[in-house]
Amino acid sequence: MTAANDSALGLDAVKSPGGRILKFVLYTLLLLVFAGPLLALLVSAFNNVSDPTALSVVPSSPTLDNFGIAFDLGVGMYLLNSFLVVGFGLLLQVIVSVLAGYALARKKFRFMTFVLVAILATLMLPEEILAIPLSLILSDLPVVHLNLIGSLAGMIVPLGAWAFSILVMTEFMKDVPRELEEAARIDGAGDLRIFAQIILPMCKPALGVIGVFGFTMIWDQYLLPLLVSTDASTYTLPLALRTLRIDTNVTPGVIMAASLLALLPSVAAFLFFQRSFVRGLASGALKG
Amino acid sequence: MTVDHAKPAAVGADRPATERAPAPKARRRSDRDGKWWTPWLFLAPALILFVYFKFIPMITAVTMSFQDVQPYLGNQWVGGQNYGTVLGDEAFHSAIWHTVIIAVGQTVGSMVIGLALALLMEGQSKRLKFLRSAAFLPVVVPIAVVAELWRIMYHPTEDGMLNSILGLAGLGPSGFINDPDTSMVSVIVTGIWRGAPYDMMIFLAGLAGIDRGLYEAATVDGASRWRKILHVTLPGLRSVFSILFVLAAIRGLRVFTEVFLLTNGGPNGSTEVAMTLIYKLGLEQNRLGVGAAGAVLLFLATLVLTLFVQVLRRRRDA
Repeated sequence: MTAANDSALGLDAVKSPGGRILKFVLYTLLLLVFAGPLLALLVSAFNNVSDPTALSVVPSSPTLDNFGIAFDLGVGMYLLNSFLVVGFGLLLQVIVSVLAGYALARKKFRFMTFVLVAILATLMLPEEILAIPLSLILSDLPVVHLNLIGSLAGMIVPLGAWAFSILVMTEFMKDVPRELEEAARIDGAGDLRIFAQIILPMCKPALGVIGVFGFTMIWDQYLLPLLVSTDASTYTLPLALRTLRIDTNVTPGVIMAASLLALLPSVAAFLFFQRSFVRGLASGALKG
Repeated sequence: MTVDHAKPAAVGADRPATERAPAPKARRRSDRDGKWWTPWLFLAPALILFVYFKFIPMITAVTMSFQDVQPYLGNQWVGGQNYGTVLGDEAFHSAIWHTVIIAVGQTVGSMVIGLALALLMEGQSKRLKFLRSAAFLPVVVPIAVVAELWRIMYHPTEDGMLNSILGLAGLGPSGFINDPDTSMVSVIVTGIWRGAPYDMMIFLAGLAGIDRGLYEAATVDGASRWRKILHVTLPGLRSVFSILFVLAAIRGLRVFTEVFLLTNGGPNGSTEVAMTLIYKLGLEQNRLGVGAAGAVLLFLATLVLTLFVQVLRRRRDA
């Protein structure tokens, strides 16, 4: 009886034969709807079917040919572009976020509230809406007059500014005890030392959160690469899927093979860092 | 100079008893804060990036929306003309209408299904954890992959994946995204497939925060499962609902990538949304000013919606 109180429906505790069957049917249905399409993607990627319409759920003739064809069409290069963007983009974003988080969480200074509000406000500023002016600015960066259109740098640099990561770091750094910092100050440590040797090591869980969120967010980027790239040499893998599809000789199997490569990194990141991910979801959404 | 020095001395002279206390405190604070520019040094990378890639684009969008933008010829100030064009344009009217339908459809669909999923999969067992992770996968799949996958699943002939499933149920082949009558629903269904598991996770976090004692009390009172959900669970999830509502509505208003990849606004403009139209105006037809005006209006809509829900929430909490 008490076990039934563990959840709203108490479904987990239902033990009657009828209840078991109902649960089995319900859960199977859920899996089919939400995981089924991905299973079809997985199977089709390894299936030797030239049929231009059907996806297969049951493997008929397993093969790696789809991947071979995909790589012949340049998927290796697109994958490398994606990795370069996510690698440097995430590195930049993490550095920017921990530095800003330190200032906002551990320092008191004039205009701090203003800065915090300005950064927070960008969370309400959908990137889609900024797309057109952003593409103009990337073609001629004010003051320094660089043109980043057509280069991977143009996809990487704007990723450094993500308010979500900064806020997660700020919230987390606030909770590091003052005493630790003051003890280090008395020992003569400067800001940089305190930041690097005391605050940052205490923030590993938060680094996990912004790492895995930043990774999936950057890997999922579509509009920014679309605005920046001018030819196939700078396409990221998600961007390249559309060009693959337009080629009428390309079968669904090949597109699914390329899609599998495009989804594996973010799915893997989620599965490995599930705990950080769920914590980030809860803190990002429920505190807001 | 002399006045500045005199003041603290005078205060100290008035209250000799407290003279010693403030001095070490002040010294400690100056230690902690270091030089005044130290925090700005730490903030500099973030501020530079935000100014370049968020604030300047925002200002540019607003100024462009009042201009006739002509690259190489110089921009001309045209006042509210672009806004007039946007608000008077048939294409924009239907795009805004489609955007609202998609936003409402995806928001409501994702929340209802997400809540159902959360209620069904709430619990501690290992099997449930596995099920939840499996159901969550659509959220982490890149949007471009989601679109390509569903494009193939929506293949309009009888042997298309979803059509063969419909065939098993004795239903005729649907055109899905290729038929103006069903294209909108198809886009919404794809959005729900990706949005519902996200809502599920947030609902689960909210469910975990509900006091178990309330369920127990309800059980003692002989409340049925449905009554418990109605009177304990749903009220307990109130704040989660409003947060999810804002997040989902904003997600819906700015919908771009899945529409761009699934239908690109077609067939016959039946799924043209605000963002796909703005993209076409700005980057394909070079009508940058009009596109910018559309973007600014879309931003204002998002802002109003967010503030509206915040105010509602405050009032209810108070």
